[in-house]
Amino acid sequence: MTEHDIEITVNGTDHEMTVDSRTLLVHALRDQLGYTGPNVGCESSMCGACTIHLDGEAVKSCTVLAVQADGSDVTTVGDFADRDSLHPIQESFSEEHGLQCGYCTPGMIMTTSELLERNPDPNEEEIREALEGNLCRCTGYQNIVKAVESAAEKMRTTATAEGDD
Amino acid sequence: MSGDTTNGLIGDRVTRTEDAEFVTGQAEYTDDIATSNAAHAAVLRSQHAHAKVHDIDTSAAEELDGVIAVYTAEDMEEAETSAPRKIPSMSTDYIQVEPELFRPVIASDRVHYQGEPLAIALAEDRYTANDAVDRIEVDYERLESVTDPEAAIEDDAPTLFEDYPNNIAYDWEFGDKDEVDEAFEDAEYVASASVDEQRLIPDPLEPRATVADYDSSSNELSIQMSTQTPHSDRHAIAGILRHPENKIHVQVPRVGGGFGAKIHNYDVESLVPWCARELERPVRWQATRSEIHQTSSHGRGLNLEGEAAFDEDGKLLGVRVDGLADLGGYVSSHVHMLTTVLCIEVINSQYELPKLYSRIRGALTNATCLDSYRGVHEVAAITFIERLMHESAKEIGMDPAELRRRNQIPADAFPYETVTGTVYDSGNYQQALEKTLDVLEYDELRERQEELREDGRYLGIGLSAYTHVSGVGPADVCKEYGIFKTHWESGRITVHQSGTVTAYCGTMDFGMGHQTSYAQIVADKLGIPIEDVEIIEGDTRHLNDGVGTHASRSLVVGGSALAESADDVIEKGRSIVAHQLEAPEEDIEFEDGEFWVKGAPERSMTIQEVGSQAHRAWDVPGEPGLEATTYYLPEQMAITSGVHAAVVEVDPDTGEVEFERYLSVDDAGNRINPQIVEGQLHGGIAQGISQALYEDVVYDDNGNMVTSTLQDYAMPKSFHVPEVETVELSTPAPDNPLGAKGVGETGPIAGNAAVLNAVVDALEPLGFDGSEVDTPLTPEKIWKGVNDQD
Ligand code: FES
Ligand code: FES
Repeated sequence: MTEHDIEITVNGTDHEMTVDSRTLLVHALRDQLGYTGPNVGCESSMCGACTIHLDGEAVKSCTVLAVQADGSDVTTVGDFADRDSLHPIQESFSEEHGLQCGYCTPGMIMTTSELLERNPDPNEEEIREALEGNLCRCTGYQNIVKAVESAAEKMRTTATAEGDD
Repeated sequence: MSGDTTNGLIGDRVTRTEDAEFVTGQAEYTDDIATSNAAHAAVLRSQHAHAKVHDIDTSAAEELDGVIAVYTAEDMEEAETSAPRKIPSMSTDYIQVEPELFRPVIASDRVHYQGEPLAIALAEDRYTANDAVDRIEVDYERLESVTDPEAAIEDDAPTLFEDYPNNIAYDWEFGDKDEVDEAFEDAEYVASASVDEQRLIPDPLEPRATVADYDSSSNELSIQMSTQTPHSDRHAIAGILRHPENKIHVQVPRVGGGFGAKIHNYDVESLVPWCARELERPVRWQATRSEIHQTSSHGRGLNLEGEAAFDEDGKLLGVRVDGLADLGGYVSSHVHMLTTVLCIEVINSQYELPKLYSRIRGALTNATCLDSYRGVHEVAAITFIERLMHESAKEIGMDPAELRRRNQIPADAFPYETVTGTVYDSGNYQQALEKTLDVLEYDELRERQEELREDGRYLGIGLSAYTHVSGVGPADVCKEYGIFKTHWESGRITVHQSGTVTAYCGTMDFGMGHQTSYAQIVADKLGIPIEDVEIIEGDTRHLNDGVGTHASRSLVVGGSALAESADDVIEKGRSIVAHQLEAPEEDIEFEDGEFWVKGAPERSMTIQEVGSQAHRAWDVPGEPGLEATTYYLPEQMAITSGVHAAVVEVDPDTGEVEFERYLSVDDAGNRINPQIVEGQLHGGIAQGISQALYEDVVYDDNGNMVTSTLQDYAMPKSFHVPEVETVELSTPAPDNPLGAKGVGETGPIAGNAAVLNAVVDALEPLGFDGSEVDTPLTPEKIWKGVNDQD
């Protein structure tokens, strides 16, 4: 097995590590670096529980090899956690009861955050479409959709308020 | 019965207090646990569905760098520590399950389904463990296999166990056949229906996972695992591994869903601790999704077909039903109860049914073991009777709502003993039906349906009236059913010296928000801020014993245990206050966290002060400390009920089903946290809809599972399920102190039939045969049902 030395930045912290060619990014993050935010639900790109941002784009970290992420910037759901208060997306998932067991939640939040960056005012259909790659077995998606709507609204209000300054 | 409820938290839509942990990614699931020096386990699973195993050669695997050990059943027999026993299924008075039919923890010379474990490899990392598994050579002699239960009981079918030549593990009857046949002879109308339940995979998003460690100096085995029933696991693993129960510590991190699939004692969950004990080092394992699909228990898989007899007014005279369950390769722990007594206990749903005869057989097949999945086989029972009511209405020429109305148990008939002997405690079925029709604007809807049909559009309205047995617990019922541990629950409350509170419960949350709803109960009763209450579950060291979370029981039974413990704490506090304020106990009032002397409100103590005094114990009348433990045993079951309605439009050219509306009208008694209740309904209904339309476990002719990944198995995605409207009704349960009824499983119980009835209703003018629907009703099946009816 060939080994590679790689460098990745996770949630703002630089890491140097050695990985096998076949090591999946999600395992490198979880097993080697201890970032357990992204969860493993299928290892086959179907469930979305492992979704992270790779250089700003939402990707399923079980479909990326760690070596492919060499030199990249990774953000996990944990990055929101370092702040003093919850991010509006996190807050809305909680307020709208958009999670039950929480296993899908890190992935849902990362996908939502990318969606809202692209489209700050999505309608229900657009939300459901954007979440297509993220499975949730607990909620029937109803309150997840509501959470995304509510987060979008909060973020728009903040953006407008900031724009007013 | 209501006890002291003070600050109004009970019934509030309190935002879940546990959420911050989840939305920040800090929640710790089993596979998130950091271990040092752990061996990673991977399991070699049978590639064939039915085979003799002549030899397993592990030498190439063992030679691989980084491999610590590889064990087969033979190695385990030869090891110093005792080899694991089979996983027991409980025999009952009505069904004997011989040990021959128990699932082995590891197969030795014969496999009965694809995926059965044959060896476990341990390595320094996950990847190497999988490499090791790939290098194990197995010499199989393939045998003919059968995965279809109907085919399995034919004379020429391959046999799984020599002593069961027809593959029939049990043949169970209820009721007097002749008497019921007589009712049919007198009938004015007879209609039939069948429910051909496909197998489903419960598929919680977190796969099963276990981390175990062993300390030889204390002989202590510590196991962290993803389970719904930590105490039962401790007991089962003690038996399987022949390890003292008091030397096993089970601790459960966050659990990423369960839905009934994490109740049973599984093979690998005993193999991993066995390996830890043998190697004296930590061992960890998390299943892959394919392992889950192939080996975690499947749900449903019960076919019911039968008939109903009615008199000239459309009143039910009797029902006869014949059932066949697809058990899989062995008899899993609960499946024989679930598919028989626990199925027919609600087969009359909300109706006065005078006579019932049923026969249910269990067929062994070369498929994954069948067991519980949210709603268990009440889903088959309710789907059967609700499909039958729909078909009967057609036969009689009556509106399906009217037929239900005529047969509903009257609201003044409770407690009502049904034909199966189940006691329905309370309810108001008429109210639920009328409310549903009202919200739907049923008559107008039927008119619109007619109009649309004229334009070639097919709208369908499906009703599903259900009952659901929650809070199973009365000892006599559990004994009769053969449940090996009566469904009591334990709850302990400790008021600390500082006045904060820790409450422990023997249930195990896997997404239903116990940390919040239990804290609401405790804080409300004790009159303290909710932030001051900590809820602890899932640790066999914290609480001596418990039953766990399943059967829609946590809130009803576990919540009641906590409510009663809170009452006991208040009583104990009252005696301390009476003593310290020198007043008679009966003069001490309590409300909102404060005790005071009747007529002298200035003579008072807060519960926090009482906690402090109780611990300081300079001057208390009885024993120090302020805590109480309750083992709550229900005297009556809490029967949840309601009516669900689906309104769909079906396109006969494509077979596509589109939802116009889904309405869920439910009487869950008093709701402690309505937001959480609604969340349970949404998720459960999605699973019911999915049973009707999407999910299906498929095996090929050789018993290979075709749906072993999420690519092939249709777990619903965000755009597959409609928005659900919920309407709350309440007839409080008379037996438990909260007046609560369990709601966790009602979604699939009611949902499947509502959707099936709606689709059949839509297609009625097109000649679609509703009496035998083959679920899931995929577009292809619908299209065929409409377009080639030969
Ligand atoms: S674990 Fe990556 S998509 Fe499921
Ligand atoms: S909350 Fe459990 S999978 Fe989404």
